[in-house]
Amino acid sequence: MVTITELHKYGKTKFIMPGTAACPGCPLQVGMRQLAMALDGKFAMVIPAGCSSVIPGVAPYTAYTVPVLHVPFASSPAVASGLVRAVKQRGVNGPVVVWAGDGATADIGFAALSGAAYRDEDILYVMADNEAYMNTGIQASGTTSWMAWTTTSPRGKTEDKKDVALIMLMHKVPYVATASIAYPMDFIDKVRRAMQIKGFKFIHLHAPCPPGWKMDDSYTVRAARLAVETGAWILWEYNQGKLIISPPSIPYRDKSRRKPLEDYIKIQGRFAHLKPEDIKVMEEKIDRQWDLILKLAEII
Amino acid sequence: MSSQVPLAKQVRKVLVGDHAVAEAVRLAKVNIVSAYPITPQTLIVERISEMIERGELRADYVRVESEFAALATVYGAAAGGARAFTATSSHGLFYMYEMLWWAAASRVPLVMAVVTRALGPPWNIHDEHTDILAMRDSGWIIGMAQNVQEAFDMTLTAFKISEDERVLLPVAVGLDGFILSHTAEPLDVPSQEDVDAWLPPRNPRIPYVIEPGGEAITMGNLPGNDVYHAILKKYMDESMESAKKVIAEVYDEYGKLTGRNYGPLTECYRCSDAKYLAVSMGAWSGDIMNAIDRLRNEGYSIGLLRIRYVRPFPEEDISGWINGMRGIIVFDRDYSAGMGGVLAGEINGLVPNNVSFEGVLAGLGGFDVSADEFKAIMRDFVDKTEREGLVRIRKYWYIPKIER
Repeated sequence: MVTITELHKYGKTKFIMPGTAACPGCPLQVGMRQLAMALDGKFAMVIPAGCSSVIPGVAPYTAYTVPVLHVPFASSPAVASGLVRAVKQRGVNGPVVVWAGDGATADIGFAALSGAAYRDEDILYVMADNEAYMNTGIQASGTTSWMAWTTTSPRGKTEDKKDVALIMLMHKVPYVATASIAYPMDFIDKVRRAMQIKGFKFIHLHAPCPPGWKMDDSYTVRAARLAVETGAWILWEYNQGKLIISPPSIPYRDKSRRKPLEDYIKIQGRFAHLKPEDIKVMEEKIDRQWDLILKLAEII
Repeated sequence: MSSQVPLAKQVRKVLVGDHAVAEAVRLAKVNIVSAYPITPQTLIVERISEMIERGELRADYVRVESEFAALATVYGAAAGGARAFTATSSHGLFYMYEMLWWAAASRVPLVMAVVTRALGPPWNIHDEHTDILAMRDSGWIIGMAQNVQEAFDMTLTAFKISEDERVLLPVAVGLDGFILSHTAEPLDVPSQEDVDAWLPPRNPRIPYVIEPGGEAITMGNLPGNDVYHAILKKYMDESMESAKKVIAEVYDEYGKLTGRNYGPLTECYRCSDAKYLAVSMGAWSGDIMNAIDRLRNEGYSIGLLRIRYVRPFPEEDISGWINGMRGIIVFDRDYSAGMGGVLAGEINGLVPNNVSFEGVLAGLGGFDVSADEFKAIMRDFVDKTEREGLVRIRKYWYIPKIER
């Protein structure tokens, strides 16, 4: 496991240069810095349309310190497939990472994601999930939570969150994990373990977005941590045949140790319209998800 | 096409058009091929997969899940410094449409075969040029072969044109669905050694390479100034203009290598003494030439201007040939709804007001037009002009009668 001491060497390393176009409290920069630490800043990145294509600022400048291809919304897994094969043929080693949002992953790019996964392309795919189309102004995506307000679900989204990580698991790829920007050591470990494996690696990174979730700019990490502490976001890891609950989520297998779901809900304006019975239904959904993941951990 | 003694050792083979394209891809030593099946393109990617299996081509073969991914994959491969190829047709090309623009404006060299085919509804797998002509605003260089030999030659030369520093635009090689793709013709294929000497491996750093641990360059992010977008388009336009010169140079060298000297952007058949000019592109140009020979025997003074490259648009060539003609008749196997034939529309503007003009829409969805029919249409046009003076017909729908 990575130690704080080890990460201290990155204290002054600017993996993302200052002066970006990110919103205050943006979780994506937090997550991308963690990714860069995990890979010692040496990788190539493919980024489809989304917040992360705006954050680096404007050409001919860029705030990202790795080579980046910005590509059309639906195309990133396919572009990365071609890119990784090209550099390997040329004898260049090093990871190719897709850094994509939830829309590009769960929705418009899903066919390409499924295609790259089933071909077991040697790429790491990080889905930075802020639970809506934030760059276009907070419209509901396939991973927006049930009942969450967005500009296209003004009375709350009626569909459930699409469980992309479990769908990827069924693609029989060697590595699938969930992660959270509030647990950097866990995320960094997962990236490093994934990088030991040849083939398609998928990490679903939970990334709370202050403007999209209608919460204070300073609540990014708090919301991400509360998601784990209330059991609403479960950290798990599937590594070549074995699924385990990740250490930060282990205490919350026991429902009595979870914080009240209201703690997580009440700091988010997008759930302000929820009635107590809605929160009860949400709790039931979380319990069912835990049951599913724990059962999978037993059999896989 | 004139002939000279070739430098290269060549072998005569009999191949269908799709297999000829695959043969050119093999000789170009392509690194990465993405494949998604669509009729009538499938024979290309099938043959390439066999070549790779047999060890005749050392390339990565990516069986993608859609044409959109097919182009995205070769785009990523080209950005990573590889020589890359894919092929498509009709609905597949339209599913790629977004990536067409992205690939062109990223300035990465790429080659794609487009086996032309009609678009539904109704489902129709037969030949039409509407699909490839819908690419024309995207920034691709677009060629259209007349026969199997030219489909081969155009594919091989496409890599050299696309990778030239003065061009750096993707190239689409068009060949008529079934009429060329599935018809076997004899063709001469140069040896690997001769092709190697003429076409070196791709330089991955031209124009740029995205690689892990490499220089932190970025491609495709937001421009800092709204004017950047216009500047890029102007650069692409300059590349298109210099592509005219590059295409001429490449075919000049290729002519020395193989003995096959093409136009290069256009070819004019029996034009030097002609008073009337037919214009066409693709496989049916052969039938039109046949019709022109017969009209010549009847005393009609007519030639055929064959468009080899639609983009860059060979405006100077066309204007040069039109000069002094009494009438221009354009054959379109395509239709731009609400406008008419695409070639007729583009060429119409170059035809002076005192010259007769007719745009003929024929062969849409694959119906055959025989040399006799071409002959009748052209003879009517010439007779009408001679009889009535100036004729200006933007759209003439040639549709044979059918039994219901």
